[in-house]
Amino acid sequence: MTTLLTPETAAAEPAERPEGKSHGIDISSMGRTQPKMDLANETIALQVQDLNLYYGEKQALNGINLDIAKNRVTAFIGPSGCGKSTLLRCFNRMNDLVDFCNIEGKILLDGNDIYERGVEVAELRRRVGMVFQKPNPFPKSIYENVAYGLRIQGINKKRILDETVEWALRSAALWDEVKDRLHESALGMSGGQQQRLVIARTIAVKPEVLLLDEPASALDPISTLKIEELIHELKRDFTIVIVTHNMQQAARVSDYTAFMYMGDLIEFGGTDDLFTTPQKKQTEDYITGRYG
Amino acid sequence: MAFDKDAHTDHISQQFNEELETIKSHLMTMGGVAETQLNQALDALIEGDSGLAQRALKADDQINDWEVAIEEQCTRIIARRQPAASDLRMIVAISRAVSDLELIGDESAGIAKYALALLEEDSSHRSFNEIRQIGDLVREMISQTLTAFARYDINMAYKVAKKEKDVDEAFQTAMRSLVTYMMEDPRSISRVLNVIWVLRSLERIGDLTRNISHHLIYLVKGVNVAHSSLKEIKKAVKG
Repeated sequence: MTTLLTPETAAAEPAERPEGKSHGIDISSMGRTQPKMDLANETIALQVQDLNLYYGEKQALNGINLDIAKNRVTAFIGPSGCGKSTLLRCFNRMNDLVDFCNIEGKILLDGNDIYERGVEVAELRRRVGMVFQKPNPFPKSIYENVAYGLRIQGINKKRILDETVEWALRSAALWDEVKDRLHESALGMSGGQQQRLVIARTIAVKPEVLLLDEPASALDPISTLKIEELIHELKRDFTIVIVTHNMQQAARVSDYTAFMYMGDLIEFGGTDDLFTTPQKKQTEDYITGRYG
Repeated sequence: MAFDKDAHTDHISQQFNEELETIKSHLMTMGGVAETQLNQALDALIEGDSGLAQRALKADDQINDWEVAIEEQCTRIIARRQPAASDLRMIVAISRAVSDLELIGDESAGIAKYALALLEEDSSHRSFNEIRQIGDLVREMISQTLTAFARYDINMAYKVAKKEKDVDEAFQTAMRSLVTYMMEDPRSISRVLNVIWVLRSLERIGDLTRNISHHLIYLVKGVNVAHSSLKEIKKAVKG
């Protein structure tokens, strides 16, 4: 009998896609076959090992273990008081400035514990720069703000300063807006510009890690988008750790996300996974706005 | 993480709870309309009732309106709420299910048209046996899929995916039998062709219904099982 062309026999042979390409696009790297963000495939910039932190009697971080991947953006999310900013501040020992703060455990930067005796804290803070929620430019010119860190390091050659200031301002997507008024006061800039200036000041000393503590929460939506775009550009050169209250911002800018709650690291993983199929109920409840 | 069936009513925002409840109930209503429409189209043929066929044709407009309305609701929720995790999967699953239900509506309307054509002819009911048999399978699939969606029951969704294979097999058997019939009696060709188009629509409805069960598995488990084998689907459901 003649073979009938039924929907079954008429259907294309199942997926013969040896190269996984369609219209020149490698579709095998998309969709469900997309390689997941996996720390096993990353170079690790910072390692947190069994970190406990106490403010006096009160324990604020409970045995945190976490790896921060190099040249990636890692976001910390969680409700107020969950310890995300506290953890961030541990990475450049900002908590040293807090009275009654005790820290146990290790944080390794390139394999070396930053809490070991003899670690030069000023040098650590050069390697691990930080940007805060509210822009805090110095009451100096735009140029001097960016050059400040270099001058502290004893670099005063005009050519080097000029080059570095321009590079930092370009990297912070600010150069075109300020190149004609470099010697005007930084305090005359808008909030969004001031925050990008602070980022330029931070990266001028060529840190390895950039810590951003709610960098866009005081900014309008357009300035926020500029900062987010900047974060995306900067991760080529720096490892970025960002604390944000804005979950959509974490979802937009980060490669990895850590969800914290009451001093515990509840869940840590690739941002795509955490925002579509979280593994822990607490994470799901938080990112979907439910009761915990 | 285990899927919480009541989670869509647990948001801090009561308004968001209501919005999710509303689209879910609208999907169920649309599914009910599609199910009734299919029953009407099939019964029109089997019982020789052209009035039922007319009603099935009219129901298609209703289904199209539901599709537009629910799609708009989904878009609005995405724009205003930026849903994540199981909320996001729910919106995506409902949006896909709505498209499939609309196509089911089109196929059922097609069946109603063929029913009218067949009823105009003087018909022995010989060839309707196949329609009745495959029709029953597909009716059961659609009913089970809607129940599964209402209860977030992925084991039932897996049963639907399995049943789709039965529909394919029955369709192939029917085709062979109908071709033989046409060869034996060439005068029956035009009439039998109409029966074949009905069977083709039923087979297609089976595929679309299976797709809806896939969307449910995606919603509950977060795994996309489109184009997966039954074995893979079973693994996803049990996993």
